[in-house]
Amino acid sequence: MFEQRQDTTSTGPTRRTFLDLLLGGSALATLGAIVYPILKFMTPPRIVESSENSVVAAKVAEVPKNSGKIFKFGNKPGILVRTDGGELKAFSAQCTHLDCIVQYSSEKKQIWCACHNGQYNLNGKNIGGPPPRPLEEFKVNTRGDDIIVTRT
Amino acid sequence: MSIRPITAWLDKRLALNEVFKIAEKKEVPVHRHSIWYYFGGMTLFLFTVQVVTGILLLLYYRPSSENAFESVQFIVTEVQFGWLIRSIHSWSANLMILTLFIHMFSVFFLRAYYPPREITWVSGAFLLIICICFGFSGYLLPWNKLAFSATKVGTEIAGVVPVVGHTVLRFLRGGDDVTGATLTRFFGFHVAVLPATATVFIGIHVLLVQLHGMSVPPKLIGKPVQKMKFIPNFLLRDLIGWILAIGVLAALAALFPWELGEKADAFAPAPAGIKPEWYFLFMFETLKRIPAKVVGLDGEVLGIMAFNLVALMLFLVPFIDRSPENHRRRMIFNIIAVLALIYMIVMTIIGFLT
Repeated sequence: MFEQRQDTTSTGPTRRTFLDLLLGGSALATLGAIVYPILKFMTPPRIVESSENSVVAAKVAEVPKNSGKIFKFGNKPGILVRTDGGELKAFSAQCTHLDCIVQYSSEKKQIWCACHNGQYNLNGKNIGGPPPRPLEEFKVNTRGDDIIVTRT
Repeated sequence: MSIRPITAWLDKRLALNEVFKIAEKKEVPVHRHSIWYYFGGMTLFLFTVQVVTGILLLLYYRPSSENAFESVQFIVTEVQFGWLIRSIHSWSANLMILTLFIHMFSVFFLRAYYPPREITWVSGAFLLIICICFGFSGYLLPWNKLAFSATKVGTEIAGVVPVVGHTVLRFLRGGDDVTGATLTRFFGFHVAVLPATATVFIGIHVLLVQLHGMSVPPKLIGKPVQKMKFIPNFLLRDLIGWILAIGVLAALAALFPWELGEKADAFAPAPAGIKPEWYFLFMFETLKRIPAKVVGLDGEVLGIMAFNLVALMLFLVPFIDRSPENHRRRMIFNIIAVLALIYMIVMTIIGFLT
């Protein structure tokens, strides 16, 4: 049906190559115009994280000696620990290994992650198991009955 | 009234006779390794069980963080035979992964991936990945504590991969954290994306098996091999296996109904004794045992990259080991596969016991 036209005289771009480029280019552009919004749609929008720098983590009475409590710091979990000596400590509760939520082990007196047996001491330092980094530490203050945790 | 005119009418339009002729010609070699031919069909059968029970569960399941747990609770406590359908769906999923692994290893050791069957193997490897994604996405749907933590870990693992990791993590989670958005996504993958993809790959896989015929082990190539008609001889044997499978599924569902657990809570510590599904256990144990730092690199990154490499190798198998004549390479491949199998089994057992 279509005959290949032998164009021996001109060496520059022929009408055919021009049309091929135009067609191919438009096809690519159309495909791009379809794929781009799909890819963008699949990427979840960034939700503005609460910029709060401090939070009331608990009431003083809620955290007896040698115990821990998970609290909400914005939309992330934090862990509040009162040591045997009565000192209050607060850390991010997200295990630095694979993001599980840690807990306080009153037997071992350390912070523990159940997922892969990660262990942290009460300074948040990773001391056993697979976690590669210490937990992020927060500042703790008490104001009356409230325990206030502040990002440092 | 005879149905002859009807079949003749249909034949003219659908070329049914041609299909029958092909089906009639299909033969299955009979030798001492023939038993392994059943596991592909068994996997396919269990897949259809998943489709049927999955559609049934869809009648009641509600995919949102507020309703998912309660709707599954409703299915297993209020809906007639709900416990049965849900347990069969869970058990059949697990058995399917098991038969898939058996199928894969038997195909590997019997060298059924030699030319011209490379694409059959590759499509099978895709199906393995698809089934694992099915398992991972389905596991979250009841929205219980175990599933919540497992999903956190699993998606975090994807996030550890260099360069693309974070984008993949956000794509999977539907945000930075595991939330209701993750559940909605996983539901979409589980009931739409994965079934559609699986159907395509199963189609290719099964079609290629018909095209190339059943493979025989390298030792029997060129020798006279006894054959059995697929229809009805082999199919009837398949059927007995499938009926047995239904029995096993019903028994497992009745004796060991699948637990529902406690509703997920984004601010609860990971429950003690948490473990993934058995087919992830060997990777789980590895990640648990790998030290925090290995020659300056994060241990988990190293472990995860290693598993990615193994997955890549799986796809490349038929392109590396191509010739039945190369005995040395065959030997090396056998040793690697046996070691891998032993590693997987030992780590799985350790995972179970600890």
